[in-house]
Order: sequence, then C-alpha cells, then structure tokens
Amino acid sequence: MARPDQASSRGSRRTFGQWLETWVEWHAQALLSSLGKLLRQPMGSALTIIVIGLGLALPGALHLVLVNAEQVTENIGRSVQLSVFLAPGTEASQAKALQQRLEDRNDVLEAKLVSPEEGLEDFRSVEGFAEALSALEDNPLPWAITLRPTHGLDAPELTEALAAELREIEQVDLVQVDTDWVRRLASILDLLRRAIEGAALALGIGVVAVAGNTIRLDINARRDEIEVVKLVGGSDAYVRRPFLYGGFWYGLGGGLLAWLLLWGASWTLAGPVEILATDYGSAFRLLGPDALAATATLLGGPLLGWLGAWWSSSYHLRQIEPKP
Amino acid sequence: MILFDAVHKRYPGGREALVDVSFELARGEMSFLTGHSGAGKSTILKLVALLERPSRGRVVVNGTDVSTVRRRGVPAFRRQVGMVFQDHKLLSDRPVFDNVALPLAISGTPRRDLDKRVRAALDQVGLLGREQGFPQELSAGEQQRVGIARAIIARPPVLIADEPTGNLDPDLAMEVMSLFRRLNEVGVTVLVATHDIHLIDRLGTRRIHIEGGRMADGSDDGAS
Repeated sequence: MARPDQASSRGSRRTFGQWLETWVEWHAQALLSSLGKLLRQPMGSALTIIVIGLGLALPGALHLVLVNAEQVTENIGRSVQLSVFLAPGTEASQAKALQQRLEDRNDVLEAKLVSPEEGLEDFRSVEGFAEALSALEDNPLPWAITLRPTHGLDAPELTEALAAELREIEQVDLVQVDTDWVRRLASILDLLRRAIEGAALALGIGVVAVAGNTIRLDINARRDEIEVVKLVGGSDAYVRRPFLYGGFWYGLGGGLLAWLLLWGASWTLAGPVEILATDYGSAFRLLGPDALAATATLLGGPLLGWLGAWWSSSYHLRQIEPKP
Repeated sequence: MILFDAVHKRYPGGREALVDVSFELARGEMSFLTGHSGAGKSTILKLVALLERPSRGRVVVNGTDVSTVRRRGVPAFRRQVGMVFQDHKLLSDRPVFDNVALPLAISGTPRRDLDKRVRAALDQVGLLGREQGFPQELSAGEQQRVGIARAIIARPPVLIADEPTGNLDPDLAMEVMSLFRRLNEVGVTVLVATHDIHLIDRLGTRRIHIEGGRMADGSDDGAS
C-alpha cells in the first residue's frame, strides 16, 4: 500500500486534461444516472412531466392563438379601405378627375371609381337587398371612390389624417373610415399579449415549483445515500449534480410533451379551420407552433426544471447532515 | 496528526459531552478510545471528522485547525479522514465495487483508474473477487471489511473507526482489529473507539480512556 503522503502530493499534479476528463465523466454519469432513476419510477416521473408539460403548453397555446389572430389582422391591414362618397349630382367627368387626382397621391395605393350603377349592382348581389332595391324608382347612390392607402392597420392616425383631408374637398359628401374597430382590435390583441405574458410568467413559476417539489421528494427518498456521500467527503456540487440533471430531465420531458400537445392541437384544428376560412372566402391557414413556441417549450422546459431543482436542492441538501 | 487541546463540547440542550479533553496522536500512531457508551468517544470521532465542531478548545487534524474550515471546505477536509462505522453505512442498492469506489469517484479519479484501486483495497481486506456482490449478500464481518476498504481506498492519512467490532463475534473482531494494525504499520494514523476491553488487552496498543466526557486520570498510557 502506498503511504498517505504520496496520496496528498498526487492531487496537486493533476493536469488540465485530467481535470477535464473528470469533469466530463462526472457530468455524463450524473446525466445518465439521473435519467435511469427517472425511468425506474415511471409513474411518479410521468405525473411530474405531465404537469410541467401542461404548464408549458398552456402559454404556448395562447401564444399560437395570438400569432394566428395577428395573421388575420395582417390580412385586414393590407386591405384598409376608405369609402369616399361624392355629393349627389356630381358629373361623371368631375368624378373621374377626382379619382385621377387621388390616385396620384403618394399615400394612396389605389383609387377605384364606383359609378352609381356599379354601386347598385353591388348591393343587388347582397342577399336580401335585391327585392328592397327593386322597389326604388331611381338610383339613390352617388358616385363613389374606394381608396386603398399605402399604410396599413398599424397606422390609424395616418388613415384619420387622410380622411380629414378628403373631407375638405368640395365634391366630397362623406368619407367613411372605421378606424375605431381597428383600434379596438389592436387593443384587444395587445391585452391578449399581456395576458399571455402574465400567464407565461405564472405558469413558469408553477413549472419551477413542480420541478422543485419533485426534486424535494427525490432528495428525501435518497437521504441515506446523500448522508453517506457527505460522510466520505462528497462536495455540495457533487451531491447536488444528479438532482440538477433530474430537474433537467423532468423539464425536457415536459417541454417535449408541451410541444407535442401544441403540434397535435394545431394539426387537429387545421382541417376544420381551413373549411371555415374557405366558407368565408379567406385564404387564412392555421399556423402551427412557430420557432418561438418550439424554443420556449424545448429550451424553457429544461431550463425551468433545472432552476426548480437548483432552488429545491440548495435548500434541502443543506438540511441533510450526516448523523452517524 | 490529531491534536485535542482543552476541548469542550456542549450539545444544544446543554448536555456536556466533552470537558477539557486534551491528547495528541503523532503521525503514524495508533490509539484506542475506550469508555462506556455515552462517555464521549463518538463525540471525539465526530470532532475529528468535522461532523461536529468543538464548543471551546482547539482540534487540529493533519495540520488543519478545524475552526479555520468553513462550510464549503468541509468535504475536502473529510476526504483526509477515512471513517469506519459500526453499522457500515454502505449503499445497499449498489454493488461492493461502487461502494468501495465512492471516495475516489467523488474526488474525481478517472474511471479507468478505479478498477485497479478498488481491487487493491478489497485485496487488503481479503475480499478480492466480491466486487459485483451486493452488501446484503455479505456477512456482517464482510460488510464491515467493505466499509474499511472504502475508508482506505483514497489513502487518507487518518483513519477513525466507531465501534467497528460491535456486531462481530470475537474471531471476526480480532481480524478487523488486526487489519487496523496492519494499516497503521504502513503509516496511517488510526483512532478506534471501542468498549471491547478484552480485545485491546490482547493487542497492547495505546489507549485513551474517557469517562463522563473527561479524560480518565492516567488513562493515556502512551503519553506524548
């Protein structure tokens, strides 16, 4: 047997390569042993993973709702319209001249002239109007111009300014632009976004707590082992490592589950949504989990699990001191 | 190697476990710690392993005053003290190999070096070839020897044992004590707490006798 003083000098000669080898070995071992422990108690692990998965999937689902709602409003935004009704009795030539003037403006993408006859025709095609219109003797509709401005839904103040300018024109009788509902929609989406941020924060804390509590139970179940490791001089980091990886696995499992739930839900809903959209003559298609949702669940899950394990093990491992 | 200088230990609740205990064990020395149950033997070992801290006085182990060791430094400190327990403290769900290798694993010995050293340690306690067995499959004496193999595998300069023969029949007890003697002969400082007076008489080693938390008069026959 070597003499003990040889043992103490050997430690100081450790090279960086050996240190790295040890480090990798330690972490690989903790990674695999914690996974093994998780798999050996499938029921308990599954419960934790399900709770974490739902905790991550819920804000993810709300996020998908938001993304899709924004997609809808983007489509609307591209077709912001102002209807400019000219004064009754305006001549066709005057209307054409005005249409030309408007179309030359920089902030107007398109100006379309609608004659009273065309307007009437449009109304006739709307169900229920045809009969009412046939009761009229003359066409009550004036000349109209429909404008598509260059800016979108996101700049309601520009739309308002344009409308105000149009109202100043002599032949213009009425300018109809409903920016109010656009504003309302924007604030609803903003509210939804804030609600999702709040929910994500609350549920994220929930995921940390669930992971932390599971790790607490794991620590209690392995109290004897922890005592022995501490007795023979295992450092806090060494004792804690497998539990941190345990939290990582719970989080990763939950993250994968959450992603599968989001993907499954959008896959299931895509068909019905497409049918509904087609009915409304829209090309809208449901978007599945985007990069943000995938990153948040697949990276956020393990991160929150690790955090919960770190939080719980910092506290609970300190409570366990060997009592021989 | 182990120095106790006017050490007092009072446990929460007011019980005086040690009163004015002073002794010194030189490097490579071996001593028994004798006394009745509750006399304070275990407390002395706990102070050596920093499982407890002294209320007053100075404890120095391998040149380190324990009062200078902060919480974070405790694991590294403990690695220089091999410990053997009456109830072995083995991990029942792991094979003998893993139990013995534990001190090396936590100190970062590369995996490829473990095999050789575990076998060497088991060879010293006469259990070579039992690496893959589980602790429950072993007899009490064999389990105790696995515990000793674990205590010595990292070659700590100090070895302490708390009633290591408490559950063993006289022959096995003698065998375990002889093992401590052999380890001492190769330079390990050994402190063994026991109440087995007959056994010690046969070994004729230095003994420190504790009574009611105090050094019994003239007990330390190997005064240093």
